[in-house]
Amino acid sequence: MAWWLPAQASTFAGSIDKGFLAILIITGITFVLVEVGLIVFVIRYRARPGRKAHYTHGSTPAEVIWTAIPAVTMVILGIASNGLWVKIKGRSSVPAGAYTIGVHAKQFEWWFTYPGPDGKLGRVKQSLIDKTSNPTGLDPDDPASKDDIVVRNQLHVPTGHPVVLYLSAEDVIHSFYVPQFRVRQDAVPGLEIRVWFEATVPGNYELGCSMLCGMGHYKMRAQVFAHTQADFDTWAADRAAKAKGEGTS
Amino acid sequence: MTTVAAASHTAHAHHDDRSFIKKYIFSTDHKIIGIQFLFLSLFFLLVGGFLAMQIRWQLGFPGKPMPGGSLLPETMAPGGVILPEYYIQLVTMHGTFMVFFAIMLLLVGVYANFLIPLKIGAHDMAFPRINMASFWSAFAAGGVMLASMYVPEGAARAGWTMYAPLSAREDLSGAALGQQLWSVSIILFGLSSVLGSLNYITTVINNRAPGMTWFRMPLSIWALFITAILGLLAVPVLAGAAIMLLFEQVLGTHFFDPAAGGQVLLWQHLFWFFGHPEVYILILPAMGIASDLIANGSRKPIFGYHSMVFAICGIAFLGWIVWGHHMFVSGMNPTLGSSFMVSTLLIAVPSAIKVFNWMGTMWRGNLRFHVPMLHGVGFVAMFTIGGLSGIFMAATPVDMFIHDTYFIVAHIHYVLFGGSLFAIFGAIVYWFPKMFGRMMNEGWGKVHFWLTMLFYNMTFFPMHNLGMAGHMRRLYDPNIYDFLKPLQPLNTFISISAFLLFGSQIIFFVNFWWSMFKGKKAPLNPWEDNGLEWTLPSPAPHGNWETPPTVYRGPYEFSVPGMSEDYLPQTKKLPTDREPAMTPAHGH
Repeated sequence: MAWWLPAQASTFAGSIDKGFLAILIITGITFVLVEVGLIVFVIRYRARPGRKAHYTHGSTPAEVIWTAIPAVTMVILGIASNGLWVKIKGRSSVPAGAYTIGVHAKQFEWWFTYPGPDGKLGRVKQSLIDKTSNPTGLDPDDPASKDDIVVRNQLHVPTGHPVVLYLSAEDVIHSFYVPQFRVRQDAVPGLEIRVWFEATVPGNYELGCSMLCGMGHYKMRAQVFAHTQADFDTWAADRAAKAKGEGTS
Repeated sequence: MTTVAAASHTAHAHHDDRSFIKKYIFSTDHKIIGIQFLFLSLFFLLVGGFLAMQIRWQLGFPGKPMPGGSLLPETMAPGGVILPEYYIQLVTMHGTFMVFFAIMLLLVGVYANFLIPLKIGAHDMAFPRINMASFWSAFAAGGVMLASMYVPEGAARAGWTMYAPLSAREDLSGAALGQQLWSVSIILFGLSSVLGSLNYITTVINNRAPGMTWFRMPLSIWALFITAILGLLAVPVLAGAAIMLLFEQVLGTHFFDPAAGGQVLLWQHLFWFFGHPEVYILILPAMGIASDLIANGSRKPIFGYHSMVFAICGIAFLGWIVWGHHMFVSGMNPTLGSSFMVSTLLIAVPSAIKVFNWMGTMWRGNLRFHVPMLHGVGFVAMFTIGGLSGIFMAATPVDMFIHDTYFIVAHIHYVLFGGSLFAIFGAIVYWFPKMFGRMMNEGWGKVHFWLTMLFYNMTFFPMHNLGMAGHMRRLYDPNIYDFLKPLQPLNTFISISAFLLFGSQIIFFVNFWWSMFKGKKAPLNPWEDNGLEWTLPSPAPHGNWETPPTVYRGPYEFSVPGMSEDYLPQTKKLPTDREPAMTPAHGH
């Protein structure tokens, strides 16, 4: 089904698709009514010798009906969509205990910071950013930063457990987009933006930049690995040990 | 009494002793200025289309040398293969030319100028010299924009929306002069637009002929009038933002630089505060024109004329409070997303009213399928798709998925091509006789309509599927992503359709130029319409009327019972008509 919605791989992907399909049904019915109506009128009322058009300036009941029906439909759609929106993006929508990952976007790569065993992301400062030694600007003076793991272009997430990302951008606006998770959020210079999701299906996915960010925009791609919780824990422990090893040697 | 004959005779007698330059170059005649805008905007339509073909080549056949591409310099397409930095210039300039210099000029440059005085019975615009200045500043703006493509690093490359900081910093975009020229051009364009809008508003308020009350104005004039108000209030915001951007680029200010206390999202708020009213600037006049064409083709009064006027006003009003729907995923407070969603969804209501009233107009009509009518019906059919696809993106949770994908590309093209451009093609054919005194060829007009309709849908409808599959916008090579690789055949199909669509437009251009010189001579009123302009000879003379016509009724009195003909001109006095109390507001 390459020409349809991608596979669903997050907790809210299903709800978003339901919203999409609901709108598809509403608009589909309207589409058929209008287009079939036009075709019927075009055939039925085509000019023929001796015919004369029906002289009328309109009908108030008709105007009321076709004002009220769209108005009511749109209000209902708005209320229904807003419930889902607040659940996904609302200020207090991030589930408690979500696993924290820092996402730092720059022309044309993604840097992910995992909190390490302490479960806390270290402080970052734009002024500390160094292309080779400190790509995300982690502050070494913050004790929470000591065990942080910084990985380029690879996002590892557990399944069955909510993840909250702290998005930042170094240079221009980028946009974090994983189609199978149905999640998209711009990363904006000067702002730290939270976005959460909970992956449901283990597997490999792709993360793309969906905001034109310069000539390398098209190749600003990262891999997404959704692990089972056990695999994820193993991966995290493994990386933490490796980081520690590098630190002491 | 006998206004028609009197008007045309006196007009013929009018002696025109202006020099060629005053008559055709630095003209203050609204009709000549309208024609100047027509040539200018059709040129940019061609340029924009040509850029689109290059985009489609790269997407349909990524990495393959483009036919004729070897003519381009090494910095754009070495060996004919488009480079990523040239590709993003293509998408940027395609959007810029089409939105600002093709569609907007075609509607508010050409038809506001040409139609407003003719349809309200005025000699000319209220400020003819300001009108001339409006054309020449648009000409300069277009010239600067075109020139920006020929500077060493190439044109602007931050997308037509020019999001800062990419647009503001040459170290991030890779272009300095091209970006600055974009800003300069848009500032000039803003000047042109304000001058034009002031003129249109003043003319409609002050220069209506006796008897031309507000609710006897054709819907095209209502739409152009409301559009002018939108333009007067919205375009200065864009020009202001472009001035800030130019300062950022040249003087090193920090409006959009967070490191120095600036705000990145400020640009988006300014741009879309202009940009959303702009969307309605690009569609309202098309709606008005389509209303005129459909009423004429259906030989019936517009169904629900007053509802149509209020719907135009309603869309224009709501247009001011929906700009945030472009920013649902921008990092803007999500609570604002909720309110912008509601205001956006409400726009569906006046839009639906308009669609149903157009259908109501056709219902039990006596439909004449002349070329303008075909385009009018085509407009309704295609605008409906564009309007409905907008609902997907208005719903915030769904937008989070389809934002910045090809779904929005499909949507905007259904509104601006399927909507605006179909109405524009109809308008060109419809008022061609009043502009040039000749008819465009009917048969070739129909061929052009049907081929355009077919290839247009083949080009843009599958883009909905691309968007649903997650295909992001402005990707130089989507095959970088594994999940987009299966879409390559669809992209290739779209590209071939787009080439055929572009090719079909050759028919229109040839018909246009051929008819201008060799077309059938046009009678006074070839479409048997009621509007004031059809009482004038074709082409309409300088100064339009010697004495302003008197208006006795609205413009859509078709098929009035008891009349021998199925149309009743606005100027025709029936024994039951009273002379209007209104005296000419302008000193003739």
